[in-house]
Amino acid sequence: MTDETRLSELRAKFGRVPPAPDEPSPKPLTLREKQPRFEGLVSGHRACQGCGEALAARLVMESAGPDVMVANATGCLEVFTTPWPQSAWHVPWIHSLFENAPAVASGMEAAMKAQGKKTKVLAFGGDGGTYDIGFQALSGMLERYHNILYVCYDNEAYMNTGIQRSSSTPHAASTTTSPAGKDRMGKRHLKKDLLSIIAAHHVPYAASASVAFPADLQRKVRYAMGIEGPTFIVVHSPCPLGWKHASALTIEVARRAVECGLFPLVELERGSLSNVMPIRSPRPVRDYLEVQGRFAHLMKDKDPRAEKERDHLQALADYNIATFGLAGAAQDANDTGGAAAVGRGGPLVGGM
Amino acid sequence: MIEIRIHGRGGQGSVAAAYLLASAAFEAGFTCQAFPSFGAERRGAPVTSFVRIDSVPIQLRAQIRAPDFLIVQDDTLLLDHGITAGLKPGGAMLVNSGRSAEDVEKAFACRAFCVPATAMAIEEIGKPIPNTALLAGFLALTGLLPPAALAAALKGRFKGDTLAHNLTLIDRAAAAVPQGLWKEPADA
Amino acid sequence: MREALEGSLAIARAVALCKPDVVAAYPITPQTHIVENLSRLVAEGEMHTEFVSVESEFSAASVVLGAAAAGARAYTATASQGVLLMAEVLFNIAGLRIPLVMTVANRAVSAPLSIWNDHGDSMAVRDSGWIQLHCVDNQEAVDTTIQAFRIAQETELPVMVCMDGFVLTHTMEIIDMPSQEEVAGWLPPFDFARKLDPTDPKSFGMLVTPEYFAEIRHAHHAAMTRALPVIDQIDRDWAALTGRSSGGLLEVEGDPAAEVGILAMGSTVGTLRAGMAAHAEAAGPARIIKLRAFRPFPAEALREAVKGLKHLIVIDRAISPGLGGIVGTEVAAVLADMADRPRIHNHAIGLGGRDIPETIYADLMAAIRDPDAPAFSVFDVDLEKLAPEDR
Repeated sequence: MTDETRLSELRAKFGRVPPAPDEPSPKPLTLREKQPRFEGLVSGHRACQGCGEALAARLVMESAGPDVMVANATGCLEVFTTPWPQSAWHVPWIHSLFENAPAVASGMEAAMKAQGKKTKVLAFGGDGGTYDIGFQALSGMLERYHNILYVCYDNEAYMNTGIQRSSSTPHAASTTTSPAGKDRMGKRHLKKDLLSIIAAHHVPYAASASVAFPADLQRKVRYAMGIEGPTFIVVHSPCPLGWKHASALTIEVARRAVECGLFPLVELERGSLSNVMPIRSPRPVRDYLEVQGRFAHLMKDKDPRAEKERDHLQALADYNIATFGLAGAAQDANDTGGAAAVGRGGPLVGGM
Repeated sequence: MIEIRIHGRGGQGSVAAAYLLASAAFEAGFTCQAFPSFGAERRGAPVTSFVRIDSVPIQLRAQIRAPDFLIVQDDTLLLDHGITAGLKPGGAMLVNSGRSAEDVEKAFACRAFCVPATAMAIEEIGKPIPNTALLAGFLALTGLLPPAALAAALKGRFKGDTLAHNLTLIDRAAAAVPQGLWKEPADA
Repeated sequence: MREALEGSLAIARAVALCKPDVVAAYPITPQTHIVENLSRLVAEGEMHTEFVSVESEFSAASVVLGAAAAGARAYTATASQGVLLMAEVLFNIAGLRIPLVMTVANRAVSAPLSIWNDHGDSMAVRDSGWIQLHCVDNQEAVDTTIQAFRIAQETELPVMVCMDGFVLTHTMEIIDMPSQEEVAGWLPPFDFARKLDPTDPKSFGMLVTPEYFAEIRHAHHAAMTRALPVIDQIDRDWAALTGRSSGGLLEVEGDPAAEVGILAMGSTVGTLRAGMAAHAEAAGPARIIKLRAFRPFPAEALREAVKGLKHLIVIDRAISPGLGGIVGTEVAAVLADMADRPRIHNHAIGLGGRDIPETIYADLMAAIRDPDAPAFSVFDVDLEKLAPEDR
């Protein structure tokens, strides 16, 4: 069976994959038809209300399409989608361990190569599985240049085990292992700049995305799917439980993270910045912090330490805006001139 | 069963020598076993390897404690007087050296012969790797295996110029020793 | 064809004959020559496989897990610390019931650091749910490697082929290498029914609640038990093709009328054979029980094999500190309900590469006459080397 025949069968079975933006279409599609339809991850799973990760994974699967197989690290996504004997996945899916999804995916990809198949291998992990315990395997996967799209659903702590800090937890956030208290203002360390580390592998494509910007996320997934080689997308995925915000606010919280500059949406190709989502009018970081219980200790106006940490976080956001040239007015966001040098010892874009 | 212990220094091809000798025994229709003294190899450090040759399957896996013959690839190893430890009465030692055999025989109270194998190797193959010359000398002294067996073993391991030069080298080394000197065990 | 080959090269060639789709391995002494030889076969175009040069043993095991799950015949090899670094994945592979083959070049486990042979590594993962087969010589290692691919496929269980590090991996001896035609005709193509396939999507490795976990463990245990006759039969099939058996589950050699038995696994058996041949007259004859299948454990076959024995010396090449011998303890448990069971003398020998001399046979035979001997000892220990308080 040719890949095309097989794909069309799969599309018939599981729904249509949204066309890429530049894909010629025989007749104009209705608005409804333009909506992504392929359901790789179906409803009925056991994610919490307002789970950012569940939404992000559904969006990724819609764009990745049926001819994929997934290696999933241990974590919320694995647990809430596959309580035996039920599964919410409409694609072949395997969970092995917490720290080996990139290596398992490497083996799956090698198997596809050996069998002459074109099925794309996806690897999914949370920030624990990606930034921390699975980091070595991920680096190996990127270095060996496997044809894999790795998606990190970043909810900034070990949520599956009940909100413990990870190296992705933002500075000053309170978690159960970095609690705010009399002597501590939450996490004492910075959020790891994983994307720069990924980019330093000089992979074809690495990007950050957010559930608050689904069209942008899906465009990035489709772009990565078209690349033969290792690609990486980190998706900012709020966790209402861990971030302590109302379940209905998931999208709003994620949007504010981008709009204040704390979670910049950027794309890097072969290690160099190639595109950013500009922020036309950056919001103060306080707008982002004040809607989340994990930063509640930073909102105590009488505590001088709170103001200091807020300033610190604001400085981090300002640094991102300057470093990645996010301020939309400064220059064309798609102009990569000079931006390629960012993070590689060159001049910063956008002043500062 | 004939047991041979090879002493050398890392980089001189002592393990390769053991494998070559075992291959030659196989080529001659014998059973064989060859293995190194296991450990981290460092260039210049003393290395021991072992060869057993028999006409029935070899079961024993122990290191060779009572060898019939010793092959010493580096005469600085003679500074260690324990080198002949366990050598069977009537056994013999072949040394890569320009020294006189009498001196070695006197010092170690065993039959010995010296071949300047490194010098020969430099002349014939351009490298100070004495192992093939020593093996050729050893086989000529003992008559243990026909010379063609060693040539066949070399053909399984080398190609082109390296093979050609080694074949010349083993002929020269074999001719440089008294044929069959150690064919019979010495009187105890 | 008979050839004089180093053990590691022979294993690499045996693996190549089985045409794995994916090989992933991380070098570690004394397995290194196997990976190097496989790499060379790939580089020379003599082996067509996806060779994944991983960054750790943990990833090596994970890569072959993923590859086999995706329908590829896969192979890896490791030793010692590598086995332990893989440990979590090894349990996972077995629990997922993924058919795989792995060579373990048995080596002691640190600390203290030792690069030399004993069975501490594979013993540490004996409960991982892998089949574990031990090889006496390199011929058996070659034959067992090829058999292992078929055992894995037929049982949907992973198979660990244990061969003594250095003692076998670095030893050149004469090996009858099967031909490509022989192996191709004997080993069916890899076809994993549960493989990951976009046309028939399945989920693997799901969260299992207490309602089902016991059933899944039971099924795994049952599968291991069912593997016993499969291992035996596949060895017979191989013998029918090549004339060489690797000894099924276990093999009884030596004097069948002897009252003393010696049970051992791996290359120690060879030295015991040589020792018996040299010393049987003085030390007395023995029945040698060569245990090939350590997991699944051939309890029935063992009970049969020890019938009529008054003494059974069980050799361990590893130690469970605070208990003693591992094989010895298991053998004692398996024989516990036998009416005329032999008295068991359990000794660990050759730990961390301690050379096992031919005289071990006579020494072991002599030790059974000591009525005060402890049930377990490290046989070749030299207490003089220890401070008095450590003896």
